[in-house]
Amino acid sequence: MSETNDTNPSLTDLDAEHWLQAYEQMVKIRTFEETANELYTSARMPGITHLYIGEEAIAVGICEALRQDDYITSTHRGHGHCLAKGAALDKMFAELLGKEAGYCRGKGGSMHIADQETGNLGANGIVGGSAGIATGAGMSIKLRGTDQVSVCFFGDGALGQGLLYESMNMAQLWKLPVIYVCENNQYGEYTHNSKAAAGSMVGRAAGFGVHAQAIDGQDIRTVHATARLVIDRARKGGGPAFLVCNTYRFRGHHVGDIDRPYRTREEEAEWAKRDPLTLLEDWLLKSKQAEENVLERIRQEVKTAVDDAVAFAEEASFPSESEVDNHVYA
Amino acid sequence: MSTLENGIRCSPAIHAPGERQITFGQAIREAIAEEMARDESVFVIGEDVAAAGSVFKVLVGLLDEFGPERVIDSPISEAGIAGIGVGAAITGMRPIVDIMFGDFTTLVMDQLVNQAAKTHYMSGGKLTVPMVLRTTLGASRRSAAQHSQSLHALFSHIPGLKVALPATPYDAKGLMKSAIRDENPVVIFEDKMLYQEQGPVPEEEYTLPLGQADVKRTGDDITIVATSSMVYVALEAVDKLASIGISAELIDPRTTTPLDADTLVRSARKTSRALVLDEGYRQYGVTGEIASVIADGAFYYLDAPVKRIGAMNVPVPFSPAMEDLTIPNADYVVETVKSLCG
Repeated sequence: MSETNDTNPSLTDLDAEHWLQAYEQMVKIRTFEETANELYTSARMPGITHLYIGEEAIAVGICEALRQDDYITSTHRGHGHCLAKGAALDKMFAELLGKEAGYCRGKGGSMHIADQETGNLGANGIVGGSAGIATGAGMSIKLRGTDQVSVCFFGDGALGQGLLYESMNMAQLWKLPVIYVCENNQYGEYTHNSKAAAGSMVGRAAGFGVHAQAIDGQDIRTVHATARLVIDRARKGGGPAFLVCNTYRFRGHHVGDIDRPYRTREEEAEWAKRDPLTLLEDWLLKSKQAEENVLERIRQEVKTAVDDAVAFAEEASFPSESEVDNHVYA
Repeated sequence: MSTLENGIRCSPAIHAPGERQITFGQAIREAIAEEMARDESVFVIGEDVAAAGSVFKVLVGLLDEFGPERVIDSPISEAGIAGIGVGAAITGMRPIVDIMFGDFTTLVMDQLVNQAAKTHYMSGGKLTVPMVLRTTLGASRRSAAQHSQSLHALFSHIPGLKVALPATPYDAKGLMKSAIRDENPVVIFEDKMLYQEQGPVPEEEYTLPLGQADVKRTGDDITIVATSSMVYVALEAVDKLASIGISAELIDPRTTTPLDADTLVRSARKTSRALVLDEGYRQYGVTGEIASVIADGAFYYLDAPVKRIGAMNVPVPFSPAMEDLTIPNADYVVETVKSLCG
């Protein structure tokens, strides 16, 4: 992919304001997830949840290249995608706490947040389960004749699911505007992908003739520049793309996975050197696009907003009993 | 399969002299074509639905009428096309996903059970999945164990799905049109052996509500509840029973979810006896649920236990000598009724 293509956005034509907005989104996800973890460890949140910490550059890099009316489908590790696509903190926390004010009136919880106003067709508790849905949204776009794009987020664990390949095959046959974003965070639950995925990851999509490439998922500038290219291509009828974004799940599979016996602390420390937030901070400072006090102000503002959202969610009401059999059928 | 010469009693509006007769397959096709003409968000996707007009030739002509954009031949990817149906439905379309044989619905289980059925609920009512999945059921085509099953019980079990099993051309057209207009995922099971059967279908526009049983015959001594092709087996039995002085009321629930429990219970309270007949495997089949609904609602009116008849609990065998043994027939229904009314 060329970075100097005249017809496409490059890394250098985005101004500081844009990057600070992206930084704010990444900080928002990080702070949201750290707070969700606290809610779990202090027994203030029912169930468990899967944290996106370490992977923020992917959701934000992709979603910053989307319009509000574009679609995404998300995963069990989906808070980052929802927030990056525009979800509000208060309704997110309310959903995590099972409150009626949540995005799904407390019926979905952490793994099922959907918000059609921001084009979020739903997080999914089935690994790879949304590949068909995102592709169907692409079919819908084609049939309705709009120039929307559909993005399917999934982890490397989903590479083991047949539905993904059925879907990519049809997306390429029919040139559907679907971007398949594989967040290769190295582990499918507790198993390293070297034990789960044979052969080449990008080769799987390339075999269908789908535009496929592997990129550094820790560097938002790379993710965003690539996203703009493939999204623009899909919008213009160029068909689907498949991105393997190499990244790392900084925390366990879920909040209760604290021992992580399946991987070493050394490996974690190596990846921690490439924290996506730090990488963006360093670049913003070195390129003199922002002063440290500006970044600090963003972090503080996000912290305040997250605290307010948690307070809202904790004070919100649980759904009434009459809600339990509401919405089984439309 | 019993003959259709029995002449099903349909509602009076469609029983007028000179009524147009069309086949079950034509009724399905008409319903789809009318809805596609009425609503451009309706499209059909499935294996061999376009150029071939489906393996049972039910969709012949749709491609010419609506073009390849709306009648789409897919790869052999049942899960994939079901997923495409869900995604398209969530985003404003009304897909009709064609799964060639009911046996292949096992391949779309996640998309139907975990995705389509739950999306509306899990999203707190924000997203809807107005999708139809049409497929087949029924044995007796000498097609062996993987092309003969009646698996509607699997889907009837799942909250969030609706399940329809039309028995007549009239019901097929009316239920299909309602299913396409419904805001929920609806699975329609069509008996492969019924496609060529004729019945009265009016020229005029009509729909039938999902969740309304139809009394195919009225009677006093026993209520026979039958679905899909078993309606014809029951009709044959009803005639035989009439000849020995037993008056049976025949009710087709037409949809298993939602189930019109009121009509079933009312009838059983009137006749004091009930038999439930369905071509799905007997074990844990829809007959169990229906019998339980009747037993609960009519217990103090019943003179005999509620009996049920389903397909034998074996994989459907190939050899005609064996296959026919596995499917309920009219003589067995008659014997069972006689034992209840004795």
